Amino acid sequence: MTQLWEYSPAPESRDIANLKPNYRMFVDGQFVEGEGEPLKTVNPSTEEVLAEVSTASSADVDRAVKAARRAYDKVWGRMPGSERAKYLFRIARLIQERGRELAVLESLDNGKPIKESRDVDVPTAAAHFFYHAGWADKLDFAGYGPDPKPLGVAGQVIPWNFPLLMLAWKIAPALACGNTVVLKPAETTPLTALVFAEICQQAGLPAGVVNILPGAGDVGSEIVNHAGTDKIAFTGSTEVGKLIQRSLAGTGKKLTLELGGKAANIVFDDAPVDQAVEGIVNGIFFNQGHVCCAGSRLLVQESIAEEVMEKLRYRVSTLRIGDALDKNTDIGAINSQEQLARIRELTASGEAEGADRWTSSCPLPDKGFFFAPTVFSNVHQAMRIAREEIFGPVLSVLTFRTPDEAVAKANNTPYGLSAGIWTEKGSRILWMSQKLRAGVVWANTFNRFDPTAPFGGYQESGFGREGGRAGLEAYLDV
Amino acid sequence: MSDGRIGVTKTYKLYVGGKFPRSESGRVYPVNDAKGTFLANAAHASRKDARDAVAAARKAFSGWSGATAYNRGQVLYRVAEMLEGRREQFVAEVCAAENVNAKKAESIVDAAVDRWVWYAGWTDKVASVLGASNPVAGPYFSFSVPEPTGVVAVLAPQASSLLGLVSVVAPVIATGNTCVVVSSHHRPLPAVTLSEVMATSDLPGGVVNLLTGNAAELGPWLASHADVNALDLCGAPEVIRADLERTAAGTVKRVLRASAKEPDWTRRPDITRLRAYLEHKTVWHPMGV
Repeated sequence: MTQLWEYSPAPESRDIANLKPNYRMFVDGQFVEGEGEPLKTVNPSTEEVLAEVSTASSADVDRAVKAARRAYDKVWGRMPGSERAKYLFRIARLIQERGRELAVLESLDNGKPIKESRDVDVPTAAAHFFYHAGWADKLDFAGYGPDPKPLGVAGQVIPWNFPLLMLAWKIAPALACGNTVVLKPAETTPLTALVFAEICQQAGLPAGVVNILPGAGDVGSEIVNHAGTDKIAFTGSTEVGKLIQRSLAGTGKKLTLELGGKAANIVFDDAPVDQAVEGIVNGIFFNQGHVCCAGSRLLVQESIAEEVMEKLRYRVSTLRIGDALDKNTDIGAINSQEQLARIRELTASGEAEGADRWTSSCPLPDKGFFFAPTVFSNVHQAMRIAREEIFGPVLSVLTFRTPDEAVAKANNTPYGLSAGIWTEKGSRILWMSQKLRAGVVWANTFNRFDPTAPFGGYQESGFGREGGRAGLEAYLDV
Repeated sequence: MSDGRIGVTKTYKLYVGGKFPRSESGRVYPVNDAKGTFLANAAHASRKDARDAVAAARKAFSGWSGATAYNRGQVLYRVAEMLEGRREQFVAEVCAAENVNAKKAESIVDAAVDRWVWYAGWTDKVASVLGASNPVAGPYFSFSVPEPTGVVAVLAPQASSLLGLVSVVAPVIATGNTCVVVSSHHRPLPAVTLSEVMATSDLPGGVVNLLTGNAAELGPWLASHADVNALDLCGAPEVIRADLERTAAGTVKRVLRASAKEPDWTRRPDITRLRAYLEHKTVWHPMGV
């Protein structure tokens, strides 16, 4: 193998993030001090405290829900769709204009590589607002009957893996359909959501239409269970999703859940191997593997398993792990100490259960939460690393002989969020994509997202869709 | 009996996996008409029957969901044909079950036949109406198709023994789901006769499994069953609906909630019940030379 190029450091300037020492929650159009215990948000690449962020108390949640209700009753719910649309277009433009700032801030707070926040998270977030803006005055044509009505106040709880993008997935359709929102960003990644609140101010969005309440799970629970929320949207773990579904039983509140996954990425012997290896790497190491639809189970046809594994290990060994703000970084930091501990625990179980562990020998920074990319081979279906969502840069490799076996193994999970297929045979792609019980199937590609393309799970990966015409249903009374 | 002949009465049984078994529990319960006159004994399905029915529904899912939409449409239309052919029998059973006069019962049976025809026509249209080609911002072909969610547990309406039943079952199977249905508790006989219709309509065994018995007893088992993907609360007693929803959350089931009062089944349906048991699958492929 040829020697790799050495790269000089190419850090993006952290000044671009306009980081402030303190951030406050956003209620009824104003930044206000929360009554909850303030939280300190940490840069996972360095473990330094980035800022102190006020959090919401139960009374704050109540104030925010009431503000959202007033805004819904008096302004937003009555506003013609064509006017709502213009606010959403403005927001989309403002996200684009402040894109660099948002990207740097996201990478600081989340630990993801700047090239991903810059090229994926922020532009896709803007695209979501742009797309849904256009729907606001065209809901009559969405296939839900004439003049479909909004639901009211939407309570939304989002995860830390794509903080701004998940916010966009939640807020854009909610607002387009005429709802107002109370959103809780994740405890470890509240900052871009609060810059988004500034964007709402700059866009002149009426007070109370968007309310952002940072905090931990207890704040989420307050929002979910508040009598004034009409709809709940949650993205996060299946465990918490089940708790939410349980707590909403009998309330009549509409619920959509986007939960965990354990996607199979299936490589057939006729696949273009080099492309497949790139796809495998993208599937599991994109965003440190903090992706609910990550291709965390590689199913490779037995006849090419050795060749694929050899190429895969070499390719993974070239990935650069380190400072999220360095433009050459491929894999950034694990978002939190807690998540790092979970990844370590699950990988240890993989070794204990007898799978063969290979870990890239790439250098890791001295400080920060880092985990070297790891590939387990000789994995069996009953092992925890084949069943549980690891949510980290850890790939479990299994083999198969026939397409039927690949389908059976791929579907052998209570999850059903995504799947990947690699083959040059078109008829096999279509056959496989029909058989796989998953909400998104990527053939000869992986991890593609677009506001026009519905995204969401089967079975215990949740219900409801985000994106496309199908995604509007979550925010309409239909 | 008018000329002194003793009629041959029917033994009402369960319908599971295309067969008509008795309840494994051996239990039956008497079914009376509105005036309290004994009509028949119905099988009183048990937890084990419910589990057998789920297994039968799961076994049938691959074939039924893999059948062409055209084929499913023809089978549903065939159900309508068979139902029409037994019109007199259903009119008599609906009269007895629902305490309505013959004219009213006739209109109910007619509406039930028409409902099958309506849903038969949907099988090969729902993908065009709800699916999409997604204009993504990149060199990819992306499309979304609705797919059946899997095995659906249906607690059928308690009041409307035939039209209500057809209105909740037809949309489930039209899109390729299979189901386990718990019939009306006190009015189960039209449901059993409907299962005889389905058994002679080219509907593969296991696509619809019909249990007579008590929704309050069977509902919790179906709501907790890990191989059930969705739950229709329509005929669940109001006091246990929230509990069933809570139980269903254990496996993230799709739950179709019920209105406080049973809907007016004679109204023209919309596609809400079709949508309730569909998943959207989005498929991507790169474009290039």
